[in-house]
Order: sequence, then C-alpha cells, then structure tokens
Amino acid sequence: MELNDEQIHRYSRHIILPEVGGKGQKRLLSARVIMVGAGGLGCPVGYYLAAAGVGTLGVIDNDTIELSNLQRQIAHSTERVGMHKADSAKKTFEALNPDVNVIAIKERISKDNILDLIKDYDIVVDGSDNFPTRYLVNDACVLSGKPLVSGAILRFEGQVTTILPGEGHCYRCLFEEPPPPGLVPSCQEAGVLGALPGVIGGLQAMEVLKLILGKGEPLKNRLLIYDALKASFRKVKIPKNPKCPVCGDDPTIRELHDYEAEYCQMRF
Amino acid sequence: MEEIKPDKTINIKGLVCPYTFVKSKLAIEDMEVGEVLEIVLDYPEASRSIPKSMEDHGHKVLKVEKVNDTDWVIVIRKERD
Repeated sequence: MELNDEQIHRYSRHIILPEVGGKGQKRLLSARVIMVGAGGLGCPVGYYLAAAGVGTLGVIDNDTIELSNLQRQIAHSTERVGMHKADSAKKTFEALNPDVNVIAIKERISKDNILDLIKDYDIVVDGSDNFPTRYLVNDACVLSGKPLVSGAILRFEGQVTTILPGEGHCYRCLFEEPPPPGLVPSCQEAGVLGALPGVIGGLQAMEVLKLILGKGEPLKNRLLIYDALKASFRKVKIPKNPKCPVCGDDPTIRELHDYEAEYCQMRF
Repeated sequence: MEEIKPDKTINIKGLVCPYTFVKSKLAIEDMEVGEVLEIVLDYPEASRSIPKSMEDHGHKVLKVEKVNDTDWVIVIRKERD
C-alpha cells in the first residue's frame, strides 16, 4: 500500500513523528479495531481512531440516540435522536475520514455472538457502562487472546486499563466477580459530567494507537484513575493473579456465560 | 571533496513546510540503511529545517548547497530504520 497525496497531507503530522512515519501510518490504515458501545466513551474513541486513520472500525451498539445522551456523546446530534447509535457513529466517523470503513453492528452482545463479532479484529475497546458486559468482554478477549482497552466512567471519575491476554492482568485479576446488583450505581442513576468521557475515551484511543504502532508502554498491569474534581491522575498496579478464574494458571472459566443484566439495562 | 552519488533523487520544488520534510521522510523510509538521498527544493526555510529534522531522526547530512538563485540540493545518508 502506498500513501496517496491526500493521505500524505491528511496524516502529515503523524508522518513527521519518528515513532510513526509512513510505515506507522500504513499500520494504522491496515488496523482493525472493534468498539463495544457508541456512547460516552465510544464516541471520542471512535472519533480519534477515525481521525488517525485506523482503517476498519467495528461499532457494536443496539441502542438508539436519546436527547439525554447528547450532553456527552459527541458523535451524535440533536437531529439524529431516535437513530441507531451505530449508524450515527458510522456517519460521523466516515464523514471525518473517508479512509475509514466503519462497520455498524446493531446487535446486543452476548456469550453467543461476541467471539464471532471480535474474531476478525486486532484490538477490542470496551466503552460499555455495565458490569455484565464488561466481564463478558473481558472473558471473550482472554479466551480469544485479543488485546482489550477498557474504560469506565462515573460522576467525576474514570479509569482506563489495557489487557494483553497472556502478558498481563485481566479484569478478573482485580475483581473476580462482578459486584452484586445494586451495589454500584450506573451513569443513569449517578450521573456523569459531560467532558469526562472525552478524557477517558481520549486515553483509550491513545492506548489503541500505541498498541497498533507498537510504541510506548501500554497500561498493562496498571489501572489509570482520573479524578476530575481534583484534576489528578494516579496509576495503580494490578499484578496478574495466578489464581484468576479466567486467565490464571488453572482457570475455572473455560467458556463464556452471560451475567444477568438485572441491575442495569444494557445501555451504552 | 569526492562527489557522492545518490541512490535516489526527489524533486520537491513548489512544496512548503511541513510537506517538504514529510515527502523527504517518506522517501528515506523506503531506502536501505547506508543509501543516499538527494533532495532538490526551492523553499528557503526547508533548506534549514530538513537537515535539522533529518539529524534529529538520526540520519547524516552530507551536503546542503544552494545551486542557483532559487534551488537547494540536500544530500542525506540513511543511518537507521
């Protein structure tokens, strides 16, 4: 693949970087990334990955746009209320960069379809807002050996981590099981300040670009926590747990199962 | 001084920064370490910025010469991938 003149202009600020160059840009253009959710996190992640020229973006979301999403979900718009988020994201990202092929997947993920959905992609991005999905995505990535960049937000705080199965920790190394229903409030119950997903989604997009380029240190065995009110970041070590039920030495989880989404609608 | 024979020559006359460097960098990326790139340009600022950027990227600047009223020739040896 050779970069055409338009691409040389579009990606000139990448090409200038010693860590990227034309070779790195071609890697980005050939990369395939799938995102779970086109909501608060999925919007900025997809926006930046599309801008950077990540060639294929899968967007899984079965929801439609509501007015209450627009305070933070920047890929959508007022006139698109009622439209599927996956279709809206495709429209926005492809308008930003026609080099990018966005595949809108209007499905609810479950143990039955997730492995099939992610199998043709290099990297998975989790921007879901509930624990059943988060654990399902974690287990699917560990079982299929896919790198996973996971983000979460609530109120004024967010976190990011990069899971490289076989190399580092996974979500279950930190918390073996999802919290019981009702213990942790969802965004719908607790709220989230508008720009927070922009910060966390931006960090997730950066982790994805680093993985594709093979540059820098991924957030492996680390959880990066952002406190918006204090304007502070801290990095917490998460060692790989040899007793982890999915990625440990003697795993008990060898196939996927769905968690009841009883305490939270599957809403991104 | 012995004349260096370039392995590749690019003419980027008419281009301005940063595309002068972008084009030069893309050209040198496709070459082997040790090969020599000759760049012909007419954007005055690039006659200073390209050599500096190429050095920052670890390459060797062999020559920077104003060859007529408008044009410069820069010769770079690729030192690393």
